[in-house]
Amino acid sequence: MDVPLSSPLSHSGYLLLKALLRLAGLLCLVSVATFVLLSYSPIDPIKAYIGNDLLHVPPEQYARIAARWGLDQPLWLRYWHWFTQVLRGDLGYSMLYNAPVGEVIGQRFAASFLLLAGAWLLSGFFGILLGLCAGRYLNRWPDRFICRFAYLLASLPTFWVGLLLLALFAVHWPLLPVCCAWTPGLSADEADWLMRARHLLLPVATLTLLGVGNIALHTRGRVAEVLASDFIRYARAQGDGGWPMLRFHVLRHALTPALCLQFASLGELIGGSLLAEKVFSYPGLGQATVDAGLRGDIPLLMGIVLFCTLLVFIGNTVASVLLARINRGWEGEHAI
Amino acid sequence: MLFNPLPSMLRLGFALIGLALLAAYGWSLSAQDVPMDLLARQQPPSLAHWFGTDQMGRDLWLRAFQGTLTSLELGLGTALCSGLLAMVAASVSLIHPRCDVAVRLVIDAMLALPHMLLLILICFTAGGGMRGVILAVALTHWPKLALILCAEARRIACSDYVVLARCQGMGALRRWRTHLLPGLLPQWFIGTLLMFPHAVLHSAALSFLGFGLAAHEASLGLLLADALRYLAGGGWWLALFPGLMLLLLVLLFDQATRALQQLWFGSEKC
Repeated sequence: MDVPLSSPLSHSGYLLLKALLRLAGLLCLVSVATFVLLSYSPIDPIKAYIGNDLLHVPPEQYARIAARWGLDQPLWLRYWHWFTQVLRGDLGYSMLYNAPVGEVIGQRFAASFLLLAGAWLLSGFFGILLGLCAGRYLNRWPDRFICRFAYLLASLPTFWVGLLLLALFAVHWPLLPVCCAWTPGLSADEADWLMRARHLLLPVATLTLLGVGNIALHTRGRVAEVLASDFIRYARAQGDGGWPMLRFHVLRHALTPALCLQFASLGELIGGSLLAEKVFSYPGLGQATVDAGLRGDIPLLMGIVLFCTLLVFIGNTVASVLLARINRGWEGEHAI
Repeated sequence: MLFNPLPSMLRLGFALIGLALLAAYGWSLSAQDVPMDLLARQQPPSLAHWFGTDQMGRDLWLRAFQGTLTSLELGLGTALCSGLLAMVAASVSLIHPRCDVAVRLVIDAMLALPHMLLLILICFTAGGGMRGVILAVALTHWPKLALILCAEARRIACSDYVVLARCQGMGALRRWRTHLLPGLLPQWFIGTLLMFPHAVLHSAALSFLGFGLAAHEASLGLLLADALRYLAGGGWWLALFPGLMLLLLVLLFDQATRALQQLWFGSEKC
């Protein structure tokens, strides 16, 4: 590996610049593609906005609304207008929520963030734990059981898991609330942390169950690989074994691929949150996405697409940086 | 240790028989109109209605099996389309380095978005409905398989015998047919089959979110969306049984594919 180790700062600066350029290109590409896609939709935004009252709108007024929204201009001109506005920091105006798109995304993501972060951390923790357990008892019954369980979890539909949890813990045994981020009727300020946490529990559990299987299988595979290597045979020859060996010799090797996978699967987590938020009527970004899609709120959809692209890109970049950093660290150790 | 193919073959056989039975039973019911019985609304599972009845008094057993058949057809069709797209992408990427860059750009852009969001965008563009779901699911599942196939295709195209064939003047199309295609087919076949569970789950999810099929069409996603509305009233069976059918379909197909993969590549998995 020809990594200029002598000047680490300039090297990481170069990498950062490269990542930023890539991000800019990706955002442009995705935004153009999305804009073209959305503009060919048969759903008329004016009709979607006005609803059934469109019958009472005379054609002249319809044309005036179209002109006001710029719908009579050619596609590339509309994109150019949108693009220059975005560069100035204005993502447009959401018809659905009657607020600027940036504000809507900010508010909604603040609600979704707890959900996503909770599910991300918990699925990572339990996934790695299960994977290590399976690796500890490799090819014995706990391993078989965990493998089957993980396969089952990986093929479960998210929204069905949510529905079952809802039916069990909110309807059959009314322990937890049925919907929303806080008790309906209260404003956001009146909801305290305990109430929010209680409302978060079921959606987070749904998303966690979804992510655990993949991580567990990945970690188990990695542990099995490491256990077959020479240095483990050496450690065994010295009398190591069981959990201590796993902790001191295997854990670090098994942890890194799992972490990378966890960062790289941010997109799947966001996709799952769309469904989970629908099931639990949780007022987050996923709910906003679904509503924007169903009601034809194009500026909001564009904003969400850009935002999600950014999130997924950050996840992927962190994963690749982590991988590179760890590999380099290992090579350094070997050199010593 | 020698590879014993018998367990895999048994698994494959059972899974295929299960799928065939599901499809045949669903097909025999597909022409049937589920009668409404307003006197028997929201009944829990009983001997008369094994899966219970919904808010209109329709038998959930019939609707669930009809929906399973729809899901099976949708999944097979869309997975095949996506598989073909992946094959085309991998073949195109070999024509010229610039084509390769273009294909990679498209794949990057598609993988840059959360999959669910991409599905919603395409469904929105197609105007929703059955057409929207089919287009969305068929057009978005190929990038990952295409990445694998691209790498595999490049490996084959650089190997000695293909280079030799080119030097001897064999045309690109004939080289593709006689050398590349046979090498890519096993990967392609298994990859396409492995797409099926995702395709089924995603099409059900789209219907569940309200982008998919019209209310009268039988679909597992719609049944579950209905269940969400009546769940707070205690209608647990409305959610349980359609979801179980979905899971059964996915697991059967997955088992068949994994057994096939083991038989073909001889790889041992847990």
